Amino acid sequence: MPHALVREIERLPRPRPFWQVAHDKMCPGTRTRMTHQPVVHVASIRKTYGSTVAVDEVSFDVQPGEIFGLIGPNGAGKTTTMECVEGLRTPDRGLISVLGLDPRRYVYSLQERIGVQLQEAQLQKRIKVHEAVGLWASLYRKPMDGDRLIEQLGLRDKRNAWFMTLSGGQKQRLFIALALINDPELVFLDELTTGLDPQARRAIWDLVRGIRQRGKTVFLTTHLMEEAERLCDRVAIIDHGRIIDIGTPAELVQRHCPERTVIIATEDPTAPERFRAIPQVQSLSSEGMQLTIRGSGADLVTHVIQCLAEHRIRVIDFRTELPTLEDVFLKLTGHLIRD
Amino acid sequence: MLRGLWNLTWLEIKIFVREPLGVVGTVGLPVLIFVGFGRLLGSQVRQASPGMPRAISVDLPILASVLIATSTVQSLVAIIAIYREGGILKRLRATPLRPYTILTAHVMVKLLFTAITLAAMLLAGRRYYPVDANVPLMSFTLALLFSTVSILSMGFLIASIVPTARFAQPIGTLILYPMLGISGLFVPVASLPLMLQAVARALPLTYAVSLLRGIWGGEGWSAHVGDVTILLVMFLAFTAVSARVFRWE
Repeated sequence: MPHALVREIERLPRPRPFWQVAHDKMCPGTRTRMTHQPVVHVASIRKTYGSTVAVDEVSFDVQPGEIFGLIGPNGAGKTTTMECVEGLRTPDRGLISVLGLDPRRYVYSLQERIGVQLQEAQLQKRIKVHEAVGLWASLYRKPMDGDRLIEQLGLRDKRNAWFMTLSGGQKQRLFIALALINDPELVFLDELTTGLDPQARRAIWDLVRGIRQRGKTVFLTTHLMEEAERLCDRVAIIDHGRIIDIGTPAELVQRHCPERTVIIATEDPTAPERFRAIPQVQSLSSEGMQLTIRGSGADLVTHVIQCLAEHRIRVIDFRTELPTLEDVFLKLTGHLIRD
Repeated sequence: MLRGLWNLTWLEIKIFVREPLGVVGTVGLPVLIFVGFGRLLGSQVRQASPGMPRAISVDLPILASVLIATSTVQSLVAIIAIYREGGILKRLRATPLRPYTILTAHVMVKLLFTAITLAAMLLAGRRYYPVDANVPLMSFTLALLFSTVSILSMGFLIASIVPTARFAQPIGTLILYPMLGISGLFVPVASLPLMLQAVARALPLTYAVSLLRGIWGGEGWSAHVGDVTILLVMFLAFTAVSARVFRWE
């Protein structure tokens, strides 16, 4: 690892504890700081278990202050990749740098600066919430106020509850608390919301956005495309151990699924031929009074609206359908993510 | 990381006590059985009647201590397996805690409860089995602690290899109880078949029994330098091997 990079990262202002930082002040900064050296740099790592190739030639960067998502189906190599970056596994080959350091050689000095939530982790059945937070706080040099953290994660009522009595969402919130206790610069979240109901999931998403607002970098994995779309600034799509593409959710949709669909309900008999005249329209089908217009390019919707206005077509209903990351995944891999 | 060790040990003690059945099984049951046997056989033991097997008439303190140590090893194997299977070990490892700190904490908890159990037995059982004032209790405690640590290191090796928690118990039993059988407590090692003698000499319990019996009987440490050395070497070897093969998940 070049020393210049290490120095560069050390020069970066360490984010202040979040309770000293006004949220609205942090938000704009997160975008501009993305020009700095990456927080995580992964180059061509490979990991095999026996004859199974779990991770193959995986490369990506995570930038300061972003929420970066590694997305793909179960068994795609997400967790293996993340655990290599965390220093819990050693790749067979390839290069990893976390905050400018090799995670294998500097695993203990990095532990002070990163926060980790592991997939399907458990704690002792009869450990109390405040005991777990207290133990974790005692392990780090500069811990945050544990009670304050418990309160911020909505666990105050459960302070004295045993781990085994917590609900799935409460357990995950406790694991987030443990991941944040050392006020880390980089937080790893592995399949954070798996097994949670939609309401608990949304609450967790808000918490993760809160972590970013505190000026921290978040590296997460998920197999939920909705989660990636709503939460991540950038995503890397991984399937069968290989990265297929990296970009913002909007970029990926734009790049791989430029199709747009406009669905209009109208009784105007001239409408179909008017729409066919728009150059961007590729196909048009009608069912009763419902017309489905398909075409490509971001301008399609504008052209359709202009056409409606120009010809004074009376519309009963108008809606658009945009492709999602789910569609991108299907297109890139040829299978649904849930398969 | 001494603070982490202390905090984790203290926490594990509290967690252990929160499971009443575990405490009853570890501390209560052995004491109860000891006292029960004492009521039934106490007079015979005291008069050293010829019908009593040597293991009870002469070696009772040794037998009791070694049984407790063995069950300590069993529960250590079980708890490591459970913690591993539940992902608790992995979660603890992803902190500044060093691996040996996590494992040492568990050994300390086990040793503490072994000591409590034996102390309780000594107190509750002294009516039926009065301890001779000449017995060097401090030396014996030290010898027992030393032996237990050595046997525990073997438990760690077992814990390092067993794949699942469900498998840990039978494997532990399969190794520990035959080991007890040929340790010299029931039959002198010299009178075992040659094959078993060789096996017995490769296991720590044989030396532990020899050491404990000697110390209880009033022999000095100098008479047992060989036992101590071998137990120490075994401890180091088992620890080194399990450090290499230990699986965290």
